[in-house]
Amino acid sequence: MATKIKNLDTTKPVMTDLKGQTLVCLRTLTEENPASLATYIKLGGYSALKRIVTEKTKATDIITEVKDSVLRGRGGAGFPTGLKWSFMPRYFDGTKYLVCNTDEGEPGTFKDRDIIRYNPHQLIEGMAIAAYTLGAHVGYNYIHGEIWQDYETFEAALHEAKAAGYLGENLFGTNFCFNLYAVHGYGAYICGEETALIESIEGKKGQPRFKPPFPASYGVFGKPTNVNNTESYTSIPWIMQHGGAAFAELGVPNSGGTKLFSVSGHVEKPGNYEVKMGMPFSELLEMVGGVWKGRKLKAVIPGGPSTAVLPAATIMAATMDYDGLSKVRSSLGAGSLIMMDETTCMVKALHRLSYFFYEESCGQCTPCREGTGWVYRIITRIVNGQGKMEDLDLLTDVSNNISGRTICALGEAAATPVLSFIKHFRPEFEYYIQHGKSMVEPQ
Amino acid sequence: MLNIEIDGKALEVENGSSIIDAADKLGIAIPRFCYHPKLSVAANCRMCLVQVEKFNKPLPACATPVADGMKIFTRSKAAIEAQKSVMEFLLINHPLDCPICDQGGECDLQDVAVAYGTSGSRYTEEKRVVFNKNIGPLISTDMTRCIQCTRCVRFLQEVGGMMELGMVGRGEHAEITAYVDKSVNSELSGNIIDLCPVGALTSKPYRYSARSWELTRRPSIAPHDGLGSHIEVHVKDNKVMRVLPRDKESINECWLSDRDRYSYEGLNSPDRLQVPMIKHNGNWVETDWKTALEFAAGQIKDITNEYGSEALGVLVSPNSTMEEGYLAKQLANGLNCGNVDYRLRQTDFRLDGKRVGTPWMGCNIHEIEELDRILVIGSNLRNEHPLLAQRFRKAVTNGAQLSIISPLDNDPLMDIAHKVIVRPNDMVNVLGQVLKAMSGLQRLSLCLPPSLNELLAEIKVRPNTQAMAESLAGHGAELDLIAPKVGIFLGNMALSDPRFTEMYSMAEAIGGISGAKGGILPAAANSTGMHFMGVMPSSTGMHARAMLEVPRKAYLIVNIEPELDCQHAALAKAAMQKAECVVALTAYKSSALEHADVLLPIAPFTETSGTFMSMEGRVQSFTAAAKPLGECRPGWKVLRVLANTLGISGFDYETSEQVKTAIFGGEKPSAVVWRSLNNNLKQLVEIQVNIKHDGLQRIGEVPQYNADPLVRRSPSLQKTKYNTKPLARMCAKQMDQLALVEGEQVLVRQDQGSAVLSVRLDNHVAMGCVRVAAAHEASVGLGDLMGDISIEKLPSTKGVSA
Amino acid sequence: MLSPQAIEKIDYELTKYPADQRQAAVMSALRIVQTERGWLSKESISEVAQYLSMPEIAALEVASFYNMYDLSPVGKYKITVCTNISCMLRDSDEIVSHLQTKLGVGFNEVTADGKFCLKEGECMGACGGAPLMTVNNHAMHEFLTPEKVDEILEALK
Ligand SMILES: Cc1cc2nc3c(=O)[nH]c(=O)nc-3n(C[C@H](O)[C@H](O)[C@H](O)COP(=O)(O)O)c2cc1C
Ligand code: SF4
Ligand code: FES
Repeated sequence: MATKIKNLDTTKPVMTDLKGQTLVCLRTLTEENPASLATYIKLGGYSALKRIVTEKTKATDIITEVKDSVLRGRGGAGFPTGLKWSFMPRYFDGTKYLVCNTDEGEPGTFKDRDIIRYNPHQLIEGMAIAAYTLGAHVGYNYIHGEIWQDYETFEAALHEAKAAGYLGENLFGTNFCFNLYAVHGYGAYICGEETALIESIEGKKGQPRFKPPFPASYGVFGKPTNVNNTESYTSIPWIMQHGGAAFAELGVPNSGGTKLFSVSGHVEKPGNYEVKMGMPFSELLEMVGGVWKGRKLKAVIPGGPSTAVLPAATIMAATMDYDGLSKVRSSLGAGSLIMMDETTCMVKALHRLSYFFYEESCGQCTPCREGTGWVYRIITRIVNGQGKMEDLDLLTDVSNNISGRTICALGEAAATPVLSFIKHFRPEFEYYIQHGKSMVEPQ
Repeated sequence: MLNIEIDGKALEVENGSSIIDAADKLGIAIPRFCYHPKLSVAANCRMCLVQVEKFNKPLPACATPVADGMKIFTRSKAAIEAQKSVMEFLLINHPLDCPICDQGGECDLQDVAVAYGTSGSRYTEEKRVVFNKNIGPLISTDMTRCIQCTRCVRFLQEVGGMMELGMVGRGEHAEITAYVDKSVNSELSGNIIDLCPVGALTSKPYRYSARSWELTRRPSIAPHDGLGSHIEVHVKDNKVMRVLPRDKESINECWLSDRDRYSYEGLNSPDRLQVPMIKHNGNWVETDWKTALEFAAGQIKDITNEYGSEALGVLVSPNSTMEEGYLAKQLANGLNCGNVDYRLRQTDFRLDGKRVGTPWMGCNIHEIEELDRILVIGSNLRNEHPLLAQRFRKAVTNGAQLSIISPLDNDPLMDIAHKVIVRPNDMVNVLGQVLKAMSGLQRLSLCLPPSLNELLAEIKVRPNTQAMAESLAGHGAELDLIAPKVGIFLGNMALSDPRFTEMYSMAEAIGGISGAKGGILPAAANSTGMHFMGVMPSSTGMHARAMLEVPRKAYLIVNIEPELDCQHAALAKAAMQKAECVVALTAYKSSALEHADVLLPIAPFTETSGTFMSMEGRVQSFTAAAKPLGECRPGWKVLRVLANTLGISGFDYETSEQVKTAIFGGEKPSAVVWRSLNNNLKQLVEIQVNIKHDGLQRIGEVPQYNADPLVRRSPSLQKTKYNTKPLARMCAKQMDQLALVEGEQVLVRQDQGSAVLSVRLDNHVAMGCVRVAAAHEASVGLGDLMGDISIEKLPSTKGVSA
Repeated sequence: MLSPQAIEKIDYELTKYPADQRQAAVMSALRIVQTERGWLSKESISEVAQYLSMPEIAALEVASFYNMYDLSPVGKYKITVCTNISCMLRDSDEIVSHLQTKLGVGFNEVTADGKFCLKEGECMGACGGAPLMTVNNHAMHEFLTPEKVDEILEALK
């Protein structure tokens, strides 16, 4: 190997309180050196892969197992993973690709980072099983550029796995080959969108492709490609070890398994928490030590800014699973809880989020390129004390005109905060416009 | 076939069509900006959103394939609402400067805004400003107007073959630009002006000179290469203001080469000759037509009376119309003179009298893109046939394998499967190798006639020519093609070569074995037409080269500047100088016509009616787009009156139509032409394959913007990077061998002539060759385009790096 | 000219892709060259494009699309502070103003001694450690307080 690979830092994180958590994707956290291959193997790691490959388990059986697990895509859209896998063409003359999406850049999302730095081998095993199932021989894990140290950790884990015979050619003495590589982004939220990510892997700017065709037929280098989120792949070894039903059993109907929640903002103990799907929000809030500084909860964005913000009262009554959050007209998204206490100015919070979408729009399609800038400028005007009452309707209208008319879902993502903030906190916006200052911030 | 319904109208469409194509078929207009049928689908402008039954979101018509039973609504409330909102977004950052915008009146954005926009804007924030870019002498930019549709980017990448523009930055800051400080160099670049739906990219030469509604538009035919592109000439106050393409799918599609687009500037050149002139005691004097014609006729008469009719030589440009060529030939016939020719850039005439018919490209233009295997011999495609090259590019993109045999290794901007870059002399041997290799291929299992076998006996097939032969025979890595469509074409460098006969015969034999189509790629707009009419020497007459080698007492030259338009510049110059009388029909005053005695101002193609026959044998007539400048007269009229003045009978033509009727014997052109087009040879010609030749050879390429008098006078084209002064270009190895350094001045000799040129490193040139551009005053001292050449170091000069 | 070290690293990245897909390595190649030279000049981008046999403009598209590439000099240390919502809720404003006073520069400015440049960042995917910043793209510092910022700056001096 020409380039020296940095040694793995396998030491345990400081900030973890595992009480109340159900560890699937972060199961190595109970150990001293969670990221090391030895730790993973001690916990039964790579045994599912070995069994599947050497016993030549039928791909359709694996897909059935994954379907039974009710694992839904953890990247945000919640698409059933087993179903997605069944879309990959079985017979294809040429290379098929497997891609893992570790580009999390949506504010409040940082769960995949902990997977690649504390339990990289489980992801590798999950991807290897997927590769076997889908007939892919090459895989890429696309990692967010800013978490550079973790990128290096993961790349080191890949070399470790390869050296130990879990990646590479003719694995376990069979003819199954799988080469997995780490690649990185370099500061573009849009590359979390799977087709932008594929463009980026190909060495282009990250502009989403129009779909159809979907990656399953036209992905990396124009070849059939399966894209899943890091957490989705990482759940696979557990499912293959314990069975799909057992995984489903961990959660609630329609939301199988555990879920990693990234908790940030105004709480005592921000961080990642892996809990069973369907946990009441209130319980989770308690687990993270409650709202900081003894303050009251005002609002929560439950799944990252592309999901609708909810007033405290609403979310306190909700459970943390796909149906639980759609019942209260938001969604689980990537499970990124952004907690806001009573001192938060919702106008300014929205201002910051609108800047984010304006800044991160890839710029290719008209409604998103032009609309996100327009929205941001209107809110800036309001924050500067020059708002007009009509602006609120204009904001709503412009956002509706972006939503659903763009190439990728960033359009909807950009519209959602505007629509939901105004819907739930309209008086605060009106106050700001009338008085030229915030309703909640001390002046 | 699928059954769908658009706005209540039922329609049957092909599987795989998009909604927008289907709607276009029905004549239902869906607004659009980014979509273009010739480019990949970007679906980024979102203007074409329509409502589709069972979908809760509007869908882009350009990117959505139709499905059986689909019900589409392009004007429903939801569709209109979506379209209006996109229009509003497009306009918020677009300047409202239509009154000063060159695109005003022909702007897609303006049109769609009128139809789909609302009157007032709800946008009160600041508008974005984007800096303009300097992308060269042909295209002017106003980037604040850009709507990021990326048509220009996609065109250059997909059709032009090289990504020269890109969209840098992202989001609202995304802008279209060339690489830092670079210009756009594509020889097809002007098309992005037509593609730009707003006024962001406009024509630099045309800028601010007219408003679109002031222009009269006249259809015409492009006058440079043999493609015969359809153009539209835009005229204001009898002046040609610009030239745009007309759609002609089977020829130029919707494109135009920069040469055809911008050469019109030469029509308005200060060089234009506006009155007849006679040289009197060494000085040019203006005169009237009658005097000029009588003078010219008198001179010709005197000389032919004194020295015989063979003392006259008639040289006609292959860029002249069929009518002009025909009458020039009739005139010579009338004088009993057999010295007529249009093949000014040819040296090898051994095939004269051996052809069955008129040589042509051997297939239809649009067939090129369907070829599977292609062999191009001696052509720098992008220089010689800039737009045709694009068809080859399409073929290669579609999977064709391209092989090249040439002395120049210029990048055709498409993948090359096999190439052999050798000295012109050795190209014959290489072709022999390919032929030999092919004859030995099992699947062809052909044996060559003993005469050929004997000829090839000495030749050794090398691996690269073997591979080329296999490719042409349809062999493939994974799969052999059952009946590959093969095309073999000879370009300008082959046509000008002293061993053209050998190259042609070899190509014909290879074509015969592989069942290929193809032939020559004639250089000029009317080369094929001239050959068809036999504007060539009689059996006893002299061809173009001989007329210069053995100088004539008098010349009648039509539409040429001899030292720039003839194969052998020095000979041409000397011949004109020596002649007692040179009668020039020309649109220009020119130092190249210094040795003429009478200048008769003729109208360029925009001021006359006429006909060109394209390389695929298409006969295309056009009428004048403007009135002749000053006292210019259409060339055919001048020839008619000159013949009358000479007392030659049979010149009673009243119109150019009548001339055309005479050319085709009163029949429909298409009915006659197909009988004549034929690349076969009547009889075997004697050829030699294995000639050793050790000296240096010149590659006298004619740069595309120097090809004829008109294009040489387009200032904008002359400002592009293709206007390079002749240099002594050589590959590194050759420079080493001659101990030359870049920038060094050397004495270049050909025959008796010479030129002092600067040495330039050019690794595209084959070893053993010096590339010295022709058709330029700096190289008029030199000889044959593809002849022997020598280089001497100048003792006094030191190498200065260029 | 790309340095031999840079070429070695780029060649390693190239092993990840099919041989006819050299352009795929452009993200890494630009990162490698930037790390070595501090920022990406026009010449650097051209060299990368040439090495990967891709059009220069395509390399520029990439270099200008992703935030972490710098197309103008950024001093010896580029400090990027995330100000997005999760960090903002945990007082990234305070960190920003502390850095601005301490360094005497605003966003996108380089200190007079050419040592530090301050940038505003978007979400870095580590919001649990808010507020946070990166130094020269690759070193992340989390749970920032003004005191911790001082320590970091001190160590860089
Ligand atoms: C703007 C945008 C950003 C996205 N960011 C991410 C991301 O950071 N990580 C991720 O896994 N999926 C992200 N996605 C979703 C992906 O496109 C894709 O659906 C997902 O990776 C599929 O994996 P899954 O089925 O396992 O969820 C994003 C989508 C959009 C529209
Ligand atoms: S919605 Fe925005 S980010 Fe997505 S493709 Fe369109 S412009 Fe790009
Ligand atoms: S024409 Fe369909 S999106 Fe532009």
